[in-house]
Amino acid sequence: MKEKIIVKNLVKVFGANPQKALALLKEGKDKAEILNETGFTVGVNNVSFSVNAGEIFVIMGLSGSGKSTILRCLNRLIEPSAGEIIVDGTDITKLNAKQLRKFRQEKTAMVFQQFALLPHRTVLDNTVYGLEVQGIPKKEREEKALKILEIVGLKGWEDKYPSQLSGGMKQRVGLARALTNDADILLMDEAFSALDPLIREEMQDELLSLQQKMNKTIIFITHDLNEALKLGDRIAFLRDGALIQVGTPEEITTHPSDDYVAKFVRGVDRSKILTAADIMKKPQPLIPLRDGPNVALRIMKEHGISSVFVVDRERHLQGIITVDAALEARKAGIMSLSEVELEHGPVVSEETPLHDTLTAMVDSKLPMGVVNQDNKLVGIIVRGSILAALAPDYSGSDSEDELAATASPDHKLVFAEEEMEQESANSAI
Amino acid sequence: MTKIPMAEAIDKVVKWLQINFGESIDAFSDSFGDLIKYLESYLAFIPWWLLILLFALAAWRVSGWKLAVGTILGLAFIFNLQLWPAFLSTLVLVFISALVSIVMGIPLGIIAGRNYRFHRIISPVLDFMQTMPSFVYLIPALLFLGIGTVPAVFATVIFAMPPAIRFTDLGIRQVPVDLVEVGEAFGSTPGQLLWKIQLPVALPTIMAGINQTMMLSLSMVVIASMIGAGGLGAGVLEAIAQLKIGMGFEYGIAVVIIAIILDRLTQGIGSSLRTGDK
Ligand SMILES: Nc1ncnc2c1ncn2[C@@H]1O[C@H](COP(=O)(O)OP(=O)(O)OP(=O)(O)O)[C@@H](O)[C@H]1O
Ligand SMILES: [Mg+2]
Repeated sequence: MKEKIIVKNLVKVFGANPQKALALLKEGKDKAEILNETGFTVGVNNVSFSVNAGEIFVIMGLSGSGKSTILRCLNRLIEPSAGEIIVDGTDITKLNAKQLRKFRQEKTAMVFQQFALLPHRTVLDNTVYGLEVQGIPKKEREEKALKILEIVGLKGWEDKYPSQLSGGMKQRVGLARALTNDADILLMDEAFSALDPLIREEMQDELLSLQQKMNKTIIFITHDLNEALKLGDRIAFLRDGALIQVGTPEEITTHPSDDYVAKFVRGVDRSKILTAADIMKKPQPLIPLRDGPNVALRIMKEHGISSVFVVDRERHLQGIITVDAALEARKAGIMSLSEVELEHGPVVSEETPLHDTLTAMVDSKLPMGVVNQDNKLVGIIVRGSILAALAPDYSGSDSEDELAATASPDHKLVFAEEEMEQESANSAI
Repeated sequence: MTKIPMAEAIDKVVKWLQINFGESIDAFSDSFGDLIKYLESYLAFIPWWLLILLFALAAWRVSGWKLAVGTILGLAFIFNLQLWPAFLSTLVLVFISALVSIVMGIPLGIIAGRNYRFHRIISPVLDFMQTMPSFVYLIPALLFLGIGTVPAVFATVIFAMPPAIRFTDLGIRQVPVDLVEVGEAFGSTPGQLLWKIQLPVALPTIMAGINQTMMLSLSMVVIASMIGAGGLGAGVLEAIAQLKIGMGFEYGIAVVIIAIILDRLTQGIGSSLRTGDK
């Protein structure tokens, strides 16, 4: 693999006179000590890495860890204090103003977090900006821009102004502007962070499919691990301006080099952090033990399901009655479910990890009951809920509330209903 | 305690300037004065109703029919009061002064907007200029150029220029950082950055400055009648001197009408720029 960008011992110190801070860095002092002694902020502390041609290289780290600073050093929007940045064999830290402009025009294009579209220009005029600056004739640059706008799905929007677009569309324009420039290197600073989750996902997919066609070298900054894992060929972790670990998603998640990285990657395997309680739905409908098969059949018909949980007066789980069993019981003239031989599906406690829940679910056709410490039925799980929870867009690293929220609605109901429909269709025959 | 000889020193400097540059200043003043006279006579050549219609058309374009109707009524009223010639010369003075202020002010504002050191130097100067009572500017104008239209324009330009500088400076400073970064990241030259990004984005703010410059020009042109500027201001001055209250009122109303029309016109241009969709 060809190395497109090589960064060697990159340092950035913010302040009027970085020499002193640089000397202190050499002595091995850290960011906090230098801030104390000199009042200067170390943005990037002696970072070295290389990026291969055609690779998506993701930089991760907490806020203030120096991600944007590194990215902006790569096209010298921020002047490095020390170190080398070699792109295609040229050390760009040594370019003069004119050479730098040429380098920026030809080699790099940037996508901004807040889109940064020019408000006085139409979509088309925004898209052509890079070529316009290079002095490409109007007709030629517009032809090219129109082609790219079509690729990113903005055909027909050329004459709109940025204020007339949604966030997702604005970032498509931002992406189109960068792609039209035809540079090999795309610099993307939290390019999708300002978008809402669904649009964001869409843009990630879009970027991946574009990347297959265009084969750019992409430096992508994010603080969302899922985004990093999805996009990154390799991921670099930064802390306090220093590089902690660089590796493939595989390496990073299986062998985090220290606690900092480990904290980031914890929760990647969702089946290990989610519990049954996170994905169960309300235990409804239920049928009391004292009711008879007729009531059971009516409830099942009402809800379009083929089995129902049976509980006693304290809501302790007694078992499950299926359509077939209820029909038989009715034929036999049985009046109360307590006299029927109930079936028993899998049962787990609230705290059971999803992983184990999954295992318990595998060999049963019946829905799963979730019980609390007192053995009361607190929830039920159908197959669909587990699938929904494991789907890739399900954000496992976020707050618990959000987990519950994303786990519960759409997916699961859809799955559950499908299942029910199928089964009630079977039982109708 | 001896008095610091400030007045004496200034007098000396002025005298020196007069001796050394007096002739060229006079020559400049004469040709500039001629220019203003020509303009006035050209305007007087246009039939009054046509000029009103032209104003109304401009008002309709930048704002709408309401302003157009208001413009027609207001200007017709001025004509009816038989203040048309005074109106014309005031108009010429305002436009010339505002134009000079803008042509000089905007480039200064651009420099201040892009160069922090210049911004730091010019800010207190502008503060000083704006806190001075307006008629103080009449004194140096009088000294160098004597009495007449040209010193009036000179004083007006100095008085009306600060907002053009300030708003341009502010407008350029307020261009979001990431838009400037876009310019740089795509390899724009400083000139491209200015013309393609900074100025267009700052334009609405600059227009607000132009509006203010216009308004200040008008107010100063009226005051400058004290040193010989003709027009509506001269009428007001005469009315005051002779205690003709009714006459003063008529002239005053005419000034107010011009002020409203010019204000709405320049604001209209500004807000049609602000929406972005032409
Ligand atoms: N222009 C500047 N002047 C002084 N300090 C700065 C400047 N820009 C960044 N810093 C400091 O450098 C450090 C790194 O900032 P940087 O913006 O690169 O962080 P980041 O990882 O991009 O954070 P975020 O996720 O919030 O964008 C921070 O401590 C920040 O305060
Ligand atoms: Mg950042």
